[in-house]
Amino acid sequence: MIELKNVSKWYGQFQVLDNCSVKIEKKDVMVICGPSGSGKSTLIKCVNGLEDIQKGEIFVGETKVNDNKTNLNELRAKIGMVFQNFELYPHMSVLQNISLSQVKVLKRSQSEADDRSMKLLERVGLKDQFNKFPAQMSGGQQQRVAIARALAMDPIAMLFDEPTSALDPEMINEVLDVMVELAQDGMTMAVVTHEMGFAKKVADKILFMDEGRIEEMADKKNFFENPKSDRTKLFLSKILPH
Amino acid sequence: MIENFDFGIVIGSLPFLLKGLKISFYLTLLALIGGIFFGTLLALMRVSKFKTLQYFSMTYVNFLRSLPLILVIFWFFFLIPVLIGRPIGGFYSAVIAFTMFEAAYYSEIIRAGLLSVSSNQISAARATGLSYSQSMVHIILPQAFRNMMPILLTQAVILFQDTSLVYVVSLRDFMTASVIVAQSESRLVEMYIFAALVYFVICFTFSFMIKKIQKRKLIT
Repeated sequence: MIELKNVSKWYGQFQVLDNCSVKIEKKDVMVICGPSGSGKSTLIKCVNGLEDIQKGEIFVGETKVNDNKTNLNELRAKIGMVFQNFELYPHMSVLQNISLSQVKVLKRSQSEADDRSMKLLERVGLKDQFNKFPAQMSGGQQQRVAIARALAMDPIAMLFDEPTSALDPEMINEVLDVMVELAQDGMTMAVVTHEMGFAKKVADKILFMDEGRIEEMADKKNFFENPKSDRTKLFLSKILPH
Repeated sequence: MIENFDFGIVIGSLPFLLKGLKISFYLTLLALIGGIFFGTLLALMRVSKFKTLQYFSMTYVNFLRSLPLILVIFWFFFLIPVLIGRPIGGFYSAVIAFTMFEAAYYSEIIRAGLLSVSSNQISAARATGLSYSQSMVHIILPQAFRNMMPILLTQAVILFQDTSLVYVVSLRDFMTASVIVAQSESRLVEMYIFAALVYFVICFTFSFMIKKIQKRKLIT
């Protein structure tokens, strides 16, 4: 469903992605991990064209992302994205945050959009907060609203860019719970995260990146029990004992 | 000396002065709206990815900001009739001059406002399928304007004071009206004290209100 073929990307002289090839099947959950600066976030931002690439090809379904003829706005509307710092619109209420793109992009009527938004708020457990502004909510609540905002577009896949990294430890689980539920409902997901507990629970495949390269890609059993690359072993030895 | 003052002259000329004040306000309001409108366009050009638009905006802003305002007022007063072949009157030439001049200043303020909004906000908006212009209109500009509201209003106070320069093209704003009264009645000191007082009260009140708005913003 999502396929990257030999993707390379440079920022000036600096190569951030080095010949990356990834395939995410429908209904699969792909967890992407690796040290800071390894290119994980850049990789998933290439999937919906928020970052452009200099080499290789990216497909979402039948659509080629890095093609001038592709309508990126249409494509992005079908792929939900959740950011590390939530990126809710601070000047809008929670309800407006979720309804805006439904009205502007999907051309739903305002009441239709609001109905859908309220259902999604109920799903993430924040129905009574619809009138609040983002600044009045906790980080965990904001991130759940951000997930609802992405789901409101009825996406065919969801991208998560370190969704719990900016959260207080106590709030991580409320966000992960929503994500686990999504995964179990069969959503196709690519998740950049260091939450190995989440990976163990719902990941179908795990991808480990270092210095712009894909060091290891395996199903979760092989990834944790039988990693091939030494770099992956080193990474796992540092993060798993805790 | 003070017993020789005759402030009665002020009372007698009030209707005439008020008419002048109305022109000052109209001019400020129109130049403010026009200046913010064109200033926003210039700022959007400046942050766009198109080099031609960037250079156009940069050249315009740097050129206008290098000119004394009084020259710009003269310029439009004498230039526009030549260009379109008929006089358009002091008021409209002043509106155009102030709009063009303020647009240059406002564009710099608005550009700073645009840059004050995190670029991740654009990413978030575009990730939901909003186009670049939709993201600007619904997400970035509202936040930018909210951030820069105090500076925009402060610039409006300066603009109100600057409108007195239309004296040079004999447009009867409040300042010009005061000068006319002062000279025709030979009551220069009384009239100029009164004019100063009026400008002070208006500008001070407005500045005071801006401070209030700023404080409220800090609390919420």
